[in-house]
Amino acid sequence: MTDEELDALQGDLKGIVDYISELSEINTDGVEPTYQVFEMENVWRDDEIKEMDANREELLELTTEEKENQIKVPKVL
Amino acid sequence: MKTANKTVTATQLVKDAFKKAEFFKDYNVFTSLYEKEALARAAEIDERIARGENVGRLAGVPFVAKDNYLVKGTITSASSHILEPFVAPVTSTVIRQLEDEGAILIGKANMDAFAHGSSTENSYFGPTLNSHDKTCVAGGSSGGSAVAVALDVVEFATGSDTGGSIRQPASFNGIYGMKPTYGATSRYGVVSMASSFDTDGFFAKSAEDIELLMDICAHRDEKDMTTLPDFYQESEAKTVKKIGIIKDFNNDTVDAEIRQAVDAKCAELKSKGYKIVEIEMPTLKYVLPIYYIISPAEIASNLSRYDGIRYGFRSENSADLEALYGNTRNEGFMKENKRRIMIGNFVLSSGFYDAYFLKAAKARTLLIQEYAKAFEQCDVILAPVSPNPPFKIGSKVNDPVAMYLEDLMTVSINLVGIPGLTIPAAETKSGLPIGLQVLGPRRSDKTLINFAKEIA
Repeated sequence: MTDEELDALQGDLKGIVDYISELSEINTDGVEPTYQVFEMENVWRDDEIKEMDANREELLELTTEEKENQIKVPKVL
Repeated sequence: MKTANKTVTATQLVKDAFKKAEFFKDYNVFTSLYEKEALARAAEIDERIARGENVGRLAGVPFVAKDNYLVKGTITSASSHILEPFVAPVTSTVIRQLEDEGAILIGKANMDAFAHGSSTENSYFGPTLNSHDKTCVAGGSSGGSAVAVALDVVEFATGSDTGGSIRQPASFNGIYGMKPTYGATSRYGVVSMASSFDTDGFFAKSAEDIELLMDICAHRDEKDMTTLPDFYQESEAKTVKKIGIIKDFNNDTVDAEIRQAVDAKCAELKSKGYKIVEIEMPTLKYVLPIYYIISPAEIASNLSRYDGIRYGFRSENSADLEALYGNTRNEGFMKENKRRIMIGNFVLSSGFYDAYFLKAAKARTLLIQEYAKAFEQCDVILAPVSPNPPFKIGSKVNDPVAMYLEDLMTVSINLVGIPGLTIPAAETKSGLPIGLQVLGPRRSDKTLINFAKEIA
């Protein structure tokens, strides 16, 4: 990002963090956290191989550069 | 819903929809249109109708999908730059369910990129204009879908509601908008925003149409493990007698004309024999901090998949892999996406996790308890959808906190997982729509729809 962009973002984020920090006022002593509202845990299915909606060729077509069934990226190290 | 038959053909319905889409072009509703494909499908449906086949409950009905619904072989950009070239390899369950009943997808609708926003101004393709006043925002994030229905281009559209993204644009455009119980509809094939809130739903012109769409789509889907076992079709609509009004929304934070709309509706309902009860929900004072901590945390996790490697936009000329990730994300994400990714990582970081994320997750429990208590006192809650009527384009988009404040009345039910339905209610003096939302306990979707029909 450019310095200008970083400056603007820093201002925005400070405003947002100040605002969400208002939550510190609320008393949550002894309250259990909620991470999902789905009421269920561990939904199982049979471990069977199934026909999926897309095949390997179709998925590989989505990448920018592909060679011999591998996705090509710039150097890693 | 006007379905095709032997006299009114699907081809005619589709042609009419494209004519209207062209006529209302300057509203910037669509990110893509599929005229050739839609006409081919209409011809096929007309042939089946001519043969006397039952095509389904949505035979030949043209519709629009929010641009975060995947449809195999079509661009699904989520109105972002980073997914601009992304051709979906699968079709979302909801789209398949609708097409199985004979509906015809005519195009994808504009939205805030990745559904981050409340005005559809955060789209890479520019804002969608409000159906009642072109200088005002459409609402968001499903703004394009709402305007497509409000302008009568199509009779229904799909949307997604993570913090109000169906209910608020429905209100801003004077139509119905349904956010089902979390898990009632499948999220398979819809671009994820905040997974513990995301709910797929619909825009339509009547509660009857919403009812039909729910009947078709509210099913367990083995491709989305968070869908609930089928409950909607078997559920009974409860007779609504007591209507709760949230006291905490009856103050200066809410525009006077919106408060008047609530008062007028209450007076009308009282005269029809309903009982109005006032409800206090003190945790609502903190609902936006709770939402704007947990939802960015989930967003940051979900958006980390966009790395430019496997699909979507990839930045050119990066020296190494690390630079490629950075460049792709910097060039590919909109400002608001970046803000939420950074806030999400901040509230999840080891030094701040307890004070922000954990604290918000605990406050979420308090909110769930408060709603449970509220529904002991009333059958449904009637509330404003937003603190203000549709605002001017450009007036809030550069002030993230001001934009977040617009979500004050919508985000709580996503934190709790309960359903909400926006119904058209009034107009401001300047002719802008005001909607109200009806809220109920988990699995009360049918009660809400029935109540909306009753008071329409």
